[in-house]
Amino acid sequence: MYNFDFVKPGSVADAVAVLADDDAQPLSGGQTLIPSMKARLNAPGTLVSLTGIPDLVGVCRESDTLVIGAATTHAQVARDAAGDFPGLAALAGQIGDPAVRNRGTIGGSLANNDPSACYPAAALGTGATIVTDRREIGADDYFQGMFATALEEGEIITSVRFPIPQASAYAKFVQPASRFALTAAFVARYASGVRVAITGASENGVFRWAEAEAALSSNFSADALASLGCSPHEMIADLHGTAAYRAHLVGVMTRRAVTAAG
Amino acid sequence: MSKVTMTVNGRERSAEVEGRTLLSGFLREGLELTGTHVGCDTSQCGACVVLVNGQAIKSCTAFAHDLDGAEVTTIEGVANADGSLGRIQQAFKDYHGLQCGFCTPGMVMSTAALLAENPKPSEEEVRHYLEGNICRCTGYQNIVRAVMAASGQEAGALAAE
Ligand SMILES: Cc1cc2nc3c(=O)[nH]c(=O)nc-3n(C[C@H](O)[C@H](O)[C@H](O)COP(=O)(O)OP(=O)(O)OC[C@H]3O[C@@H](n4cnc5c(N)ncnc54)[C@H](O)[C@@H]3O)c2cc1C
Ligand code: FES
Ligand code: FES
Repeated sequence: MYNFDFVKPGSVADAVAVLADDDAQPLSGGQTLIPSMKARLNAPGTLVSLTGIPDLVGVCRESDTLVIGAATTHAQVARDAAGDFPGLAALAGQIGDPAVRNRGTIGGSLANNDPSACYPAAALGTGATIVTDRREIGADDYFQGMFATALEEGEIITSVRFPIPQASAYAKFVQPASRFALTAAFVARYASGVRVAITGASENGVFRWAEAEAALSSNFSADALASLGCSPHEMIADLHGTAAYRAHLVGVMTRRAVTAAG
Repeated sequence: MSKVTMTVNGRERSAEVEGRTLLSGFLREGLELTGTHVGCDTSQCGACVVLVNGQAIKSCTAFAHDLDGAEVTTIEGVANADGSLGRIQQAFKDYHGLQCGFCTPGMVMSTAALLAENPKPSEEEVRHYLEGNICRCTGYQNIVRAVMAASGQEAGALAAE
C-alpha cells in the first residue's frame, strides 16, 4: 500500500473542505477501501476518516421515515433498526461476518455500490433518499450501474432516509467465499404499492424488477410470481453461476422474500 | 510518522507509525505483540481479529491512526493474572480446538466477543458467529465444541456436520 496523509475531522464541514482536494478520499469503515488500497487499486494522497464525526452516526425515527447516519456500522443498524424496520435490520445483520459488521458502514456501502452488495437493494427497494453534504438524491436516480453512483467528486453521503414499509424482507443467496450476495431480493410493501430490488444478478448493478412489482401490487403472495420469469439478458456470468442460473435465482429469492415479509 | 496511543491489554502503549500502518502492524511491529496473526491480509480469514472497545474487528483492516485512543484486547490479554490459560483458551486446549494454531488467536478473540454478547449460544449461533474465522486444519467441529464448553454447556453430544 502506498503511504498517505491521514486526517480525522470532527465535522462534516471540515471533512468536505479537505475533500475539495482531488487527491483526497473519504474513509468510512475501510472494509472495502483498505483491501483495495492494499491491492493498489486506490492510492489517495490524503485519507479523510469520517468515523470521528458524531453527526454521521445513529439511527433515528422521524414519523414514517428511518434516518440512518452514513457512518453507522452494519452492526448498529442490525441492533437499532430492529424495532422500527426489521427487514432492514435483518439485511444489515447478514452482511459479511461480525468483524466486518463492526466496522463497515451504510454510507461506505452505498458509495461503493458493489453489484453484489446488500444495502443498495434496500435503498432502491424502498425508494430511499440519499442525503449528501450538498443535496438529496432519490434512489432511482442514485444508482447508475456497477460501482457507479450519482455522487460527484468530493461529495459525501451524510445520511440515508428510508420510508418505513408496512412489510418487508431481504432474501439473500450467499456466495460463501465472499459472503456477498450471489443474488438477493429486497421486497417492500407500501400502501401505494410494492417495490422489488435485486442485487448480485445484473451487470448493471442493483435494479428494480418491474413485472414482479406489478404482480405483487395486486396480489402480495409468492403465488403471484409463479408464472413470472426474469430474463438472463445482461445478467452476471462467472465461475459462481451462469446468467441463466442467476435469472432463476431472482425468481426464487423474490418469492422467498415475499413469503418472509408475510 | 506520528504517534499513536492505545490502551492495549490494560496498559497505555504508544508507537510512531505511518498513515498506512494497520492496527495489525501497530500491534505486531510497533508493540511486538506477535500473538495477533496475519493470515490473508485481505480481510477474509479472521486470524487477525482483536477486540477494539469491546468489539471484534479485523486488525488488518483498520488503520492505527483511526483508532488512536482506543482500548484494545489481544490474545496476549486473555490469560489469567497468574499466567494460566483463560477459560476460552483452556477449552480450546481441552477439546482440541486447534492443530497448527495459526487461526487460534482470532478464534479465541471472536469467541470472547460472542460470549460477551451471548453467554449461552446455541451450536448454530456459534457456527454463524465464527463465519469470518477460517481454519485450514480442524474442520471446525472441535472449535465449536470448545466454544460450547467455554460457555459452560455440554459439548459432548454435538452432531458432526
Ligand atoms: C469479508 C467481507 C465480507 C463482506 N460481505 C459483504 C456482504 O455480504 N454484503 C455487502 O453488502 N457488503 C459486504 N462487504 C462489504 C462491506 O459491507 C463494506 O463495509 C462496505 O462495502 C463498505 O463500507 P465501508 O464503511 O467499509 O466503506 P469504506 O471501505 O471506508 O469505503 C468504501 C468506498 O466508499 C467511499 N465512501 C465511504 N464513505 C463515504 C461517504 N459517506 N460518502 C461518500 N463516499 C464514501 C470511500 O471513499 C470508498 O471509495 C464485505 C466486506 C468484507 C471484507
Ligand atoms: S489477516 Fe486479517 S482477515 Fe486475514
Ligand atoms: S488450527 Fe490450523 S488453521 Fe486453524
